[in-house]
Formats: sequence, C-alpha cells, structure tokens
Amino acid sequence: MMKKIAASTIAQKVRDLCIEANCILSSDVLQALERAEKEEESQIGREIISQLIDNARIAREEMLPLCQDTGVAVFFVEMGTGVFIEGDLIEAINEGVRKGYTEGYLRKSIVSDPLNRVNTGDNTPAIVHVDIVPGDELKIFFLPKGGGSENMSGIKMLTPAAGKEGVIDFVVQKVKEAGSNPCPPIVVGVGIGGTFEKAAILAKKALLRPLGMRNPRPDLASLEEEILTRINNLGIGPQGFGGRITALAVNILTHPCHITALPVAVNIECHAHRHKEIVL
Amino acid sequence: MSEWIKLKTPLSKKDVSTLRAGDRVLLSGKVYTARDAAHKRLVELIQSGGKLPFDLEGQVIYYVGPTPPPPGKVIGSAGPTTSYRMDPYAPVLMEKGMRGMIGKGSRSDYVKDAMKKFGCVYFAAVGGAGALLSKRIKASKVVAYEDLGPEAVRELDVEDFPVIVINDIYGSDLYEEGIKKYQKS
Repeated sequence: MMKKIAASTIAQKVRDLCIEANCILSSDVLQALERAEKEEESQIGREIISQLIDNARIAREEMLPLCQDTGVAVFFVEMGTGVFIEGDLIEAINEGVRKGYTEGYLRKSIVSDPLNRVNTGDNTPAIVHVDIVPGDELKIFFLPKGGGSENMSGIKMLTPAAGKEGVIDFVVQKVKEAGSNPCPPIVVGVGIGGTFEKAAILAKKALLRPLGMRNPRPDLASLEEEILTRINNLGIGPQGFGGRITALAVNILTHPCHITALPVAVNIECHAHRHKEIVL
Repeated sequence: MSEWIKLKTPLSKKDVSTLRAGDRVLLSGKVYTARDAAHKRLVELIQSGGKLPFDLEGQVIYYVGPTPPPPGKVIGSAGPTTSYRMDPYAPVLMEKGMRGMIGKGSRSDYVKDAMKKFGCVYFAAVGGAGALLSKRIKASKVVAYEDLGPEAVRELDVEDFPVIVINDIYGSDLYEEGIKKYQKS
C-alpha cells in the first residue's frame, strides 16, 4: 500500500518551511552562538555575537528575516519508496517557494539567467536534490543559502598522495581566503571523495547536520575537531574584526572514490545558518 | 574599544579626515542603497556623461538589498552585503564625490588607494544582523531603477546606524590589524 501525498500539501508545507526557517534561528545555531560568546577572547567579538543573539530574538518576535539575504532555496528531499506523490514534486516545491517568499516578505534573489540577469520575481526555481530511500516517509530538508558565503566556497581535485594533510590545508586555505567576507563565525561543510559533483553536493549536505553533533565515525569526528582548531587559530574572528571564534563547526561527509582521486569540496555558510526539516 | 562617534550625512571632508580604522560610528541622515546591478548602471551612466539620479557629493552608499517591508514597517531586514563585488565600480563613484561606503568584507588594494586619493572611508555594519539593523532605518523610498527589485536604489533615513571604520583615508585596515592580534601559527 503506497502512502499518497498530494502535491498541494507539499506546496503548503514548503511555504511555511521557507518562512519559518528564514525568521526563526534553530536552537542548535543559537546554542553555538551562546557558547561562542563565552569562549570569544576579543571584546568586540563578544559584542558582535551578543548582537547576533539579539538579532535572532528580534527576528523571531517580529517574524522578520534574520538576514536580508533569504537565499537561494536549496532542498534535499529523501523520498521513501513507499511514497506516491499525487502531482509533480518539483513543481510543488517551487509553488511553496513562490508562496513562502511572496507571502512571507522574503527577498527574491534569483535571476533567470546567469549572464542576462533578470530577477524571476518569486525566488524560483529552487535547487532540489532528491534521493530515493527505503520507507514510506517524505523528508524535506530546507537550506536557504546566502550568496556571500556561497561565493567563498571551492573545490579541489587532490590526488591520493595529498592525504589527510592535503584536505586540511585546502579547507583552512579556503577559510583564510574568505576572511571577513562570508559573515564569520561561519559553519564549514566539507565533502571528501566521490566525484567532482558528488563532493560539492556532500559539502552542502554536510551543513544539514545539527551543530554540536559530530561525525559518527571517530576518525572523521577527530578530523572535524582538528580542522576547526586550525581555522580558529587563523584569528579572523566574528565579522573578521579579529578574534578566536572564526567557525562554529566543521561538518564532514565522505563517499567512496576512484583510485586516482581525492576530491575535496568546501561549502562555506554564514552564522545565520538557516536549516529546517519536515517529515510528511 | 572606542566610544561611539556621532556623524550626520552627507559627510564633509573634515568628518572623513577625523576617522580612523576601528572607530565606531553612529550615522544619521540619508544614505543611498546600491549593490551589483545598480552600481553597473550608475557607472555606465557616468561614463556616458548622463545625470545621476541623486547627487553623490558627500554621500554614503550602503551595499544592501533589503527584504520587502511587512505591513506596518518601513523596511524589512536590511544588513550589509559583501563589498568586494562593488570594487570595480567604487573608484568611479569616489571621483564623483562619494565619501563613505557601508558593507562587509575586505576591499581590493586599488579601492583602498582610491579611498586615500579621493577621501572616502569604508565602514562595516554587522553582516547577518538585518533584523536588528532595520530598527535604525526610519524611512525608505525608491529613487532609481525600480525594475531591479531588491537591487533598486533606495534613499534611507537612518538614525544612529551603527558602523565601524574598516579603512580610513590614511591606509589603515581594521581587518588586517584585527587578525594579527589573534592569529596563532
């Protein structure tokens, strides 16, 4: 027996998801900021983090977006094999984005063509990644991704000889180059392995893991800690004014890869790290 | 940390000459918004000898594309966007009298050189604090390029809008100085 879900239900849920994720900072990020405020050594750094916490309170109370860049609407969908969608999944998501961004007074930041650059006026189309998984649930993860931090991201096709050290150096190098641009303290998504495109998708997907939760594989958990320490030794600090807390977390995802290859992708995310999921 | 310095826009040459990297400033008066697409049009207009939609003399340009105002508010969330994207255009606007820029993130060396040459400062506002910063904006109206939507040029009335001087007209850079203090090898 298939579980039936109407496209109109998906559109309505996505509408609400867009508004809530953009106005209500999730508790994992808020807690990470509160912890960072205690740990930050620089006075101006502490003051900035305190303003970010204030900003989150105002946004929540007044349902104002945390940041004016309400992002490109990125979705990761996990669709159970036992789910039957009555209608078009992608169109339903786009309809939800259209409604959410219009009715929620969110900014429309998408141009229809990268070269001709005319605003589509409703923040569509969304970027949607779909995985088919066992079960009868439809999980929708939403990540409104800001442009300033996205622009600081990068990928490198390392060779196996570069090893763990090569990966660490590349990630730290990208964060160093980004400096004050991506609104530190940042969150760093890292994809290691797969292919050119797989590594980039993994780096973004890694951002979905709640802050404060380490990789279940002990060696990767320790690699996350090691990279975070290296990043925080850069001294960039909150907003790049100098300080201890340059990143709140490093999240890694890995995938098997070719014998010749060691792809590594870094997706940089600002402190206004908006992510939310729903299960239908 | 320095005490807050209160300044009114438009800025005079003297205002700008007193500011140093790291100074914290509360700006009041009018500021104009412009980001990528509006900068492209403004500079094309200058290069073709056209008349600008507002007088740039002494003005401050705020790199922001706000969210639409919800009912009962003058503006939505309105924090700074990353500034380096405006680098190719900034020196042309400085030559036309622009005396301040508000954004976030570091600038190219040629922009810093132009700031020294023309007497213009670069301020940062706190990126990602758009809801908080919107409280310091008292009025907003579109003055040019309405077709650009969030990228239209708006005239904002700001009151005690909090910024920090990143680059002064003497060549100092708060980002470079801040990092030096905290980096560990």
